[in-house]
Amino acid sequence: MKQISKSVIKKDHGVKARGSAVYVGDFAQQDMLHGKLVRSPYAHAKILGIKIPELPEGYFTVGYRDVPGINEVHIVKDDTPVFAETVVEYIGDPVLMVVGPDEQETERLAGEIVVEYEELPAILDVRDADTVFFDYSFGSGDVDKAFAEADKIYEEEFETGYQEQAYLETQGMIADFNDGKLTIHGSMQCPYYVHGALVKAMGLTPDRVRVLQDVTGGGFGGKEAYPSILACQTAVAAAKAGGKPVRVVFGRREDMEFTSKRHPSLCRYKFAVKDGKVSAMDADAIFNAGGYTTLSAVVLQRGLISAPGVYSIENLRIHGTAVKTNTVPNGAYRGFGAPQTFFATEMMMDHIAKDLGEEPLDFKKRHLAKQGDATSTGGKYHFPVPIPAMIDEVEKMSDFAQKRKEYAKPQPGRFKKGIGIGLWFHGAGFTGNGERDIIKAVARLHKYADGRVEILVSQSDIGQGIKTTLSKIVANELNLPLEKVICNNPDTDRVPDSGPTVASRSLMTVGELLRRASIRLRSEWKEGEEQTVEEHFKEPDFVIPFDIEKFEGDAYPTYAWAVCAVEVQVDSLTGTNEILGAWASFDVGTPMDMNIVVGQMEGGLLQGLGYASMEQMAANAKGRIRNNSFSDYLIPTAMDVPVMQVHMHVEEYPDGPYGAKGAGELPLVGAPCAYMSAMEQALGKKIYHIPFSAEDALLRADEKEDI
Amino acid sequence: MRQGIVFQLNGEETVYEGSATDRLLDVLREEYRLTGVKCGCKEGECGSCSVLIDDKLVNSCMVAMGRVQGSSVVTIEGFSKTERFKVLDAAYASVSAVQCGYCIPGMILASNCILSKNPTPTEADIREGISGNLCRCTGYNAIVKAIQIAAKEGEGLW
Repeated sequence: MKQISKSVIKKDHGVKARGSAVYVGDFAQQDMLHGKLVRSPYAHAKILGIKIPELPEGYFTVGYRDVPGINEVHIVKDDTPVFAETVVEYIGDPVLMVVGPDEQETERLAGEIVVEYEELPAILDVRDADTVFFDYSFGSGDVDKAFAEADKIYEEEFETGYQEQAYLETQGMIADFNDGKLTIHGSMQCPYYVHGALVKAMGLTPDRVRVLQDVTGGGFGGKEAYPSILACQTAVAAAKAGGKPVRVVFGRREDMEFTSKRHPSLCRYKFAVKDGKVSAMDADAIFNAGGYTTLSAVVLQRGLISAPGVYSIENLRIHGTAVKTNTVPNGAYRGFGAPQTFFATEMMMDHIAKDLGEEPLDFKKRHLAKQGDATSTGGKYHFPVPIPAMIDEVEKMSDFAQKRKEYAKPQPGRFKKGIGIGLWFHGAGFTGNGERDIIKAVARLHKYADGRVEILVSQSDIGQGIKTTLSKIVANELNLPLEKVICNNPDTDRVPDSGPTVASRSLMTVGELLRRASIRLRSEWKEGEEQTVEEHFKEPDFVIPFDIEKFEGDAYPTYAWAVCAVEVQVDSLTGTNEILGAWASFDVGTPMDMNIVVGQMEGGLLQGLGYASMEQMAANAKGRIRNNSFSDYLIPTAMDVPVMQVHMHVEEYPDGPYGAKGAGELPLVGAPCAYMSAMEQALGKKIYHIPFSAEDALLRADEKEDI
Repeated sequence: MRQGIVFQLNGEETVYEGSATDRLLDVLREEYRLTGVKCGCKEGECGSCSVLIDDKLVNSCMVAMGRVQGSSVVTIEGFSKTERFKVLDAAYASVSAVQCGYCIPGMILASNCILSKNPTPTEADIREGISGNLCRCTGYNAIVKAIQIAAKEGEGLW
């Protein structure tokens, strides 16, 4: 283990353990006003009129007419309104906000407001969708020829459901408008996204908008774009509040039902097999975007780019759409589109192998991409693909081969076991040309006269430990004790835009900028003086520039890799299953802190296992999400996966700090594949959708085994 | 006769003069500004608002103020002054069991209850003992490990 990987006590440990860390809900009330959103009860409707009862003194409402700038939330495409104008696009679409001093009274008044609607036909299923928000296709080779010459053609359809981030701290924001300057602070991943959105919606110059991140109780993607929407709404209220701050903190039900989730997907795959090998893949993926576009374009891009999985397939035709439905807009969630396509690809590979009479793992091994191979977009795997060695590691940890053989024998009793394995990658960093052409990260270090050094970046610590890992890099290069390196929550008045805290990019990209800045500061160090150094992102030389129009080039400079085995036991009488163990090897390059990285891997893996099974969320016939509480939407407890063992495989990335690459999202992405592969062995049946419930297992109890 | 609800709050006698139907969670956070007690769901499902009432782990969102009359209520703010906390704090720190931190005050109080019940718990005891406290970040392994370390380091304290 490298010296830098040795764990330290996290910078934010103490305040969090003592309960003295201040989250957005913890700020004192004093003059604070509360905001409560009035939301559409219909999936699709025209707003005919709004009747506001006489409000008590000190209470007021805001709607789209009160938006001082443009009534659009700047995300990617700016179709999300701050407040709906004439049409509502999903159940929960905000129409107004009621603001006042007493929280309960504000809620009561929100219930008294009468909005008259004319219901319009709503589209709730992607199969019925008539609006395509985004449509991408790309490929390589000669797919038609490969299918014409195939020995066998396989066609299957896979579905994945919603997944709710379920961060323990709900969304919340405080806005304060005084002396012509707007200050917003709250729970968020991306202060500069919020800043950009506020500039547009509030019609203010950038210097008159200040955004600060408060201590944030988890994000997982759910606080990437959504806080921009909530910040705009809260800011509009603050502009009318006579200088008093306005706070909006969602209740759990409001948060679960009306904030962005993982896109449900429908993947239709067609594979050609020639001489026992997959010769072509024709993939079509449909992602349910919901009522507005938010981040769907980028989510879909990552999903499609990841479609061939860890395999080299000569002939590729990849097509995908993100379609509009009248449901809650979906957005970022750890993995960002990749878990959906990986599920389809891994299950499909399992199914084909079984049909060909080959052990799936052997079949997969024969298709593995290796260093120098082309990626799905004609880029290159520039660095070694360590999957074979990682398979060996997981085999050892899990006794996979032995168990797989054992459970393949007839299991006559009530309880049936199975073990499965999944292989996956996660493209490290922002997709495509984003880092180079859009983000253009800037990182800064400021040295005080007393020798302390402050990190000035817009990265937010949402639990992943970025304050600690970035500080370790700077302390290491400058030979300073860790406590002499300061890393505060970002404040846009003080920090440059080093980009969002997303896409497993922060440590790899911003960490490397800080490492370089530290080296420069070291060489220019003047004792007793204040100094500032700054580094700007530059794309590594080896990267084949990505063209987003053609989907050509390196979508990612490098990849993080994963192999995971899951063992289950199914109760054939009740359909329920328990996970007996999960064993995984993850390669995220050099771990910047072993405890922190292992914590990321374990947490992400458990989220992935929840995604495949107990985390069930669906809209009813009217388009309303019913699973809006922790009683109806279950996330794993400490008892659900009693054995979870993680190994860190290290394949260093030369352009990341000390060899580190993207980490945060990786462990979730393919966990469902390993789990469902184990379920298939236990049940003797093919699985085509997640979440896969006990009811699903029971429904198919009478079916003939199909594998 | 004294008016109001009389209870011990972090070791100090306290009289609450509001309604007996007020929610303990809200009163702790708003009236006494004990914001280490976190609100995660207000439905008794997540455990973020866990406090000790007469040494038992309770979701404060499910408790009306009338219920604490004559009881001792300890929040993380009070517990953090104890020797037991020091051991748990060091154990949690040593394995980086704190990520976003939102579940942690409740989790630490739950850890205390596990060890109070049984100073040498098995891993299964620990997993069961924290199963009422949801954590979305860690996957629980580090928290389980922290409690095991605390059991060893804090010998004699529980």
